[in-house]
Amino acid sequence: MAEPSFRYIAKKRRPKEDRRFLAGSGRFVADVALPGMLHVALVASPYPFARLRGIDAKAALALPGVRAVVTGEDLAVATDPMMSGLDAPKLRRYPLAHGMARYVGEWVAAVVADSRALAEDAAELVEVDYEPLTPVIDPERAILPDAPIVHPEHGSNVLFRHKWTWGPVAEDFAAADQSLSLRARWHRSSTVPIETFGVVAQWNYANQLLDIWASIQMPKYPDQLARALRMPGNAVRVHFDVDVGGSYGVKRGLKHSILAGYLARRLGMPVRLMEDRLENMRGGDAQGPDRIFDVEAAFTKDGIVRSLKIRALDDCGAHAGRAPLQLGKPVGAICGPYRVNSVEYEAISVTTNKTPQEAVRGFGQSPTNFALETTIDRIAAQLGMDRIELRRANLIRKEEFPYTIPSGSTYDSGDYHQVLDKALAAAGHAALLRRRDAARAAGKLAGVGVACCLEPSGGNSAFEPLFNPKNETTTWMEACSIKVDLYGAVVVSMNTSSSGQGHETLAATVVGEVLERDPETIRVVHADSLTALPSNSPVGSRMAIMLGGAAAGAAKKLKEAVMAIGAKKLGVAADAVEYHDGEVRLRRDPAQKLSWEAIAEIAHRKFHELPAGMEPGLQAMHVLEVPTGGTLPTADGRVQMYPCYAFETHVVYAEIDRITGQVALGPYLVGHDCGTMINPDIVHGMTYGGIAHGIGAALYERFRYDETGQLLSGTFMDYLIPSAHEVPDVAIVDHCTPSPLTAFGQKGSGEAGYLGAPAAISCAVNDALAALGLKIAELPMTPALLSDLIATVERKT
Amino acid sequence: MKAAEFDYARAGSVAEVCRLLDGAGGEGKIIAGGQTLVPLLVMRLARPTLVVDVAGIGELQGIADGAGVVTIGAATRQADAIADATLGRRTPLLVKALKMVGHPQTRNRGTIGGSLANADPAAEIGLVARTLDAELVVRSTKGERVIPIEEFFLGAMTTSLAPEDCLTRVRFPVWQDKGRLGTGFEEMSMRRSDFALVSASCQLVLDADGVCRRLALGIGGAEPVPRRIDAAAKRLVGTRLEARDLDAATREVEAAIDPIADVHASADYRRRVAGALAARAIEAACAEALAAKA
Amino acid sequence: MSQHEISLTVNGRLHRGRAPARQTLVDFLRDELRLTGTHTGCEHGVCGACSILLDGRPIRSCLMFAVQADGATITTVEGLAPEPGALSVLQDCFWETHALQCGFCTPGMLIAAHALLMKEAAPTEEDIRDAIGGNLCRCTGYKQIVDAVKLAAERLSGLNQPAPRHG
Repeated sequence: MAEPSFRYIAKKRRPKEDRRFLAGSGRFVADVALPGMLHVALVASPYPFARLRGIDAKAALALPGVRAVVTGEDLAVATDPMMSGLDAPKLRRYPLAHGMARYVGEWVAAVVADSRALAEDAAELVEVDYEPLTPVIDPERAILPDAPIVHPEHGSNVLFRHKWTWGPVAEDFAAADQSLSLRARWHRSSTVPIETFGVVAQWNYANQLLDIWASIQMPKYPDQLARALRMPGNAVRVHFDVDVGGSYGVKRGLKHSILAGYLARRLGMPVRLMEDRLENMRGGDAQGPDRIFDVEAAFTKDGIVRSLKIRALDDCGAHAGRAPLQLGKPVGAICGPYRVNSVEYEAISVTTNKTPQEAVRGFGQSPTNFALETTIDRIAAQLGMDRIELRRANLIRKEEFPYTIPSGSTYDSGDYHQVLDKALAAAGHAALLRRRDAARAAGKLAGVGVACCLEPSGGNSAFEPLFNPKNETTTWMEACSIKVDLYGAVVVSMNTSSSGQGHETLAATVVGEVLERDPETIRVVHADSLTALPSNSPVGSRMAIMLGGAAAGAAKKLKEAVMAIGAKKLGVAADAVEYHDGEVRLRRDPAQKLSWEAIAEIAHRKFHELPAGMEPGLQAMHVLEVPTGGTLPTADGRVQMYPCYAFETHVVYAEIDRITGQVALGPYLVGHDCGTMINPDIVHGMTYGGIAHGIGAALYERFRYDETGQLLSGTFMDYLIPSAHEVPDVAIVDHCTPSPLTAFGQKGSGEAGYLGAPAAISCAVNDALAALGLKIAELPMTPALLSDLIATVERKT
Repeated sequence: MKAAEFDYARAGSVAEVCRLLDGAGGEGKIIAGGQTLVPLLVMRLARPTLVVDVAGIGELQGIADGAGVVTIGAATRQADAIADATLGRRTPLLVKALKMVGHPQTRNRGTIGGSLANADPAAEIGLVARTLDAELVVRSTKGERVIPIEEFFLGAMTTSLAPEDCLTRVRFPVWQDKGRLGTGFEEMSMRRSDFALVSASCQLVLDADGVCRRLALGIGGAEPVPRRIDAAAKRLVGTRLEARDLDAATREVEAAIDPIADVHASADYRRRVAGALAARAIEAACAEALAAKA
Repeated sequence: MSQHEISLTVNGRLHRGRAPARQTLVDFLRDELRLTGTHTGCEHGVCGACSILLDGRPIRSCLMFAVQADGATITTVEGLAPEPGALSVLQDCFWETHALQCGFCTPGMLIAAHALLMKEAAPTEEDIRDAIGGNLCRCTGYKQIVDAVKLAAERLSGLNQPAPRHG
C-alpha cells in the first residue's frame, strides 16, 4: 500500500479538546460538586502484613460532621469480590482489607464526612487492632516454599506460572555457535499521573440509578462496577465526559468506585472519593511492573540470533491487579523486531506484601523491550560486532511482512531498516560517535545508545484466555455513532472516556475525511455507559485504529445513505451520482446537485422523498471488532496478540559524571513509524511524553521499599518525575509504513517513546561504561547506583 | 492532605509575635513563606495549635549594609534577596546559592529566615551561613540574643531556637580582604531543583600572584548539619590551588565528614561526592577570582 | 474552628469570604470561589498544578493558607483571557503547538509561562525550562510547551503573527 494522501488526516490541525483546558474549563472529577456531597478519607495499614483483629470507630464517629466509618467486613457482606482475571477462585478481594492487611498503605477503613478535612480528622481517631505477621518482600524469596504466604487461601505466592515453548528451542540452542545469559532488572515504577484517581457516586433512589463520575480509563468498568455492587448494568450510569488528568493505563480505580458506590447507596448522599497523593502512592494500587528477566540467547558467530529463552518474574504486590496479565501481552512481540526462530517464555507472577500494580503504558512491553535490547547489545559485545550492524542483520526485512513470530502473532507491516537508517542519518550518528570519542579522549564517560523497539497496538484481550483458558473471550470492539440533524449539523458520539489522547479530534478528523466535511463543524461527544455502544476503552494504543475504524465505518454508512437520498431525489440510479464535500451531484452534469442541508432536510422531514425502506433521520453506527481478533490461543499458547505494530528507533547521546553518577542526556532523536498519523501534533505529543516518562523509568523513578516493606518513595519529594530540566529537547523523524489492516493505514501510538526510551538510555549508559569494562542492566540507573559501580574500578576523578 | 486544625494570627510586630508564641505554650509556629512548614502541616507531621504569620512585619524585612556585615531581615523573600544589589556585591556566595534553592515559585514565597529555622540538612542557605560564619539575631519576650551559626544547627531539622523565639535578622560577615574574591557553589541533587544530596560552598581570596590568602569551605547535605571544613581551608591557604592541592582538600573533606545514608544515597556515595564537589567549588571560586579585577 | 474573614482580588474582582485557618488558598479558590481551573496534584508543593499569580508573582497555592492571602491580588488561569471566550496570545500559542494533552498541568504551566513573559521579552530555551521547571507534566515531555512559549514571545514582540486559521 503506497503512502496515502488525505485532506484532513495527517494534516496539522489544532486539537478540539485543547481549548477548554486552556481556559481552565476542563471538568475533572475534583470539579464535580453536587449538593450535599460527602467526602471520604482512608485509614491505611502501617503494617506490611497483619491480621485485622478489630476496628473501633467510636471516637471517629463522635466527631461532628462524620457520617460513617465502613470496613472490609461491610464491603464483604454488601458487595461481590473483585475478579483477578486468573484461574484463582480463592482470591477474593474487596475495596477495603478484609481479615488481613497485606501491604503498607492498604485501605482498612473508610471515613465519610462533610469535608475532606473532617474525614481526615476522624480517620486519625479510628483504632485498628493489628496483629503483625512476618511479611515477604523479596519476590525471589516469595517463590520459595518456606516464605510467608500473602494469600494463605491460595496456598502459595505464585499467582501464575507457565512456560511456553514456541519452536525448536532446545535444538536451536544445541546448534548455536555461541550463547550468553544475562539478568535484567526493571524496578518498580509506574505512570503516576499528575491527577490522582477520584470518583463521585450519587444514588438516585427515585430512578434507582447510580451515577458515577470518575477519572477512569478501564475496559468493562461500568460492568464490573455494577456486578460488584450486585446491580444490573442498567442501574449504573458512568459519565464518560469527565476529563481525566492523565492515566497511561493505571486509572482503573475499581475498588475506589465500588466503595464510593456502596457508600452513596448506603448514605443516600453523593460521595466523593478523591485520593490525596499519599493515598494514591501507597494505597491506590497503581504501581507498575517490578520485573526480573533472566534471558539466554543462542546465536551464530555472525550474530544471527536463533533462539531466546526468557524467564520473567514479576512482583505483583499483594493483590493480582493487572500484574499477571501484564506478563502476557508482551508475548505478542516477544522477540521484538527481530527474526528469531524459536522462543521459550516463562512467566511467573508472585505476590509479596507490597502495593499492587495496575496496567502501565505498554502493558509490560517496555520492560520486555529493555531486556531484549540489552540482550542484543550483549551479543554484539561478546562477538566484537558493531551493535547497529548486528541489529541490521537480525531486523525483519520489509519484504518479509506480514511476518509471524514464533508465539503466533503476525506483524502487519514495517520497514525497520529504513526507519533505522533515517534515524541514524537524522541524528547524525557518525558525528555523535565522533563527539563521544572526543569526550572520552578528554576523560569523560560518554556513550551513544541505539534501540529498536516495537509498539504493538490496537488492543486485544488475547492474553486473557492465554493466561486463563477458562476465560474464553475473543471480542475486543470499539464503536462510534454519527447523527446529522435536521439542519445538517453533525454529532459524533464516542463511547469511552479520554485522558489527553485527543480522541475528539481523532473522531472529528476521521468523520470529516470520509464525509468530506470540515472537522471544525463536527461535534464529538462522549456517551455515558447507558447510552454508549460497546467499547473497550483507550488501552493498548488502540483508539486510532479502533475509534478511527469505527468512526470511518459509521461515516461510510452515512455517506452511502446520503448518496442514496440524493440519487432518489435526482431521479437516477445510485451509480449515476457522485459525492463531493457532502453534496450529491449528477455525474454527467455536476451542476445538478443537492446540498448537504437539503439532504438532511429530506432525511428528517420528507419521508415521501426517501428511498424505499430507508429509515427516517440521518444517522449511522458501526461496531468494529479488532482486526485479526476473534481467535482463541492454540493449545501451545500461540495467539495473535495485537493487530498492528508500530516501530521506533531511538538514538541518544549520554554523558555520565564519574563521581556524582548523574546522566546528562541529549541530543535525543527518535525515528517513529506508526503508519498514517491521523493528527501529527497529537502523535508527536504522546511520543515526546512517552520519552519523558521513559527517562523517568530509566534514571529517576522507583517505588522503593525497605526490607521491612515500608514504601520509602511515597511522595513527590522522593518519587521523582522528570521536569523540564531532566528531559532534553527531542527530535522526531517520521516514517509511514501503512498498516494493511486499518481504515487509513494508521497504527496506534499512545505508548510511543515509552516503549523504547528506557532501552535506549540503558544502551547509551552501557556504551559509556564499556570504557571501564563495566555494564549494568538495572533500572532506574540512579546517580548513586552508577557512581558506586564506577567507584568499584576507579577511586578518584 | 488537609492540615489538622490550628489557630491563626497575623502579627503586626516582632513583640507581638513573641507574645503570641509565649501564649501558645510551646505549641506555636511562625509561618513566613510556608514552603517547608505547609507540607509538614498538611501531612500532619507538625501540629501546632497556633500559627503566627509574620508576613507583614516591617522589622523583619530589609537588607542593610553595615561595617563588614550585611544584615538581612528574616522574612526577606529569597527571590528579593537574589535581586538585591547589595547582596550581589557584598555576599555573592549567598546569591549564587540562592539561585539553586527550589524553584522560582518557591523562591517567591520562601524566606531567608524560614529556611534557616527549618534547618533542612540539604538547605543551601544554611550551608552558606555556616561557611561564612553568619550570626542569627533572635528575639523573645525575654529579650534579644545573638546565636553564632556554629551553635545554631543542632541536628537535622533541629535548631537552638526555642518554640517562643522569633528569628529577626541574619548577619553575614563581608570579607574585606585585599585581593580578588571568588565564590563557588556546587550541589548534587537528583533533579535540578531537588534537595541537595550533597553540596559544597567555597569563598576565597587570591592575591595578585594568584596565591590563596583566605578560604572558607563548607559541606552540606551529607550530614545532619552543614559543616565548615577548616582543615581543608587551612591546607589550601598559601597555595595556588593546583590539582594536588585540590586532591589534598578532597581527602580532608572525605575524612572530616560522617555522612548519612537514606533512600537516595549511601554514606559512601555522599562522602565520594562531597570530596569531588568541594574540589569543583574551590576550582570554580579560583577561576572566578582569577577573572576578577584586583 | 477559627474562621477568618478575608478579602482578596481574584482576576480583577474583589471577593469577600470566610475561611478556616487551615484551608489552603487553592482549596479556597476552587471550593469557595468555584474557580476550578487551578488544580491540585500533590498538595505538598512539588507538581506545580496549583500555580497562580499572587501580587504578580507565580507561587504554589497549595503551600499557602487562604488567610495568608487576605488583601492579596491573585490571577488564576481563568483570568488570563483578555475577555470572556477569547484566548490570550500565550494560550493561543499553546493551542497552536499542542502544548497540552490531558490539560491537568496546563493552568499551572500557563501561569508560569505568563509570569516569565511578563518580565522577559526574549526568553532563551534555558529561561523557559527554568520558568516551567517547577511544573510537572506527564503527558507532553515539555517540548511543545517550550515551543509554545517561544512562539508567544515572538508574537508578543510583533515578530510573528498567526496565519489565518483553518482549524
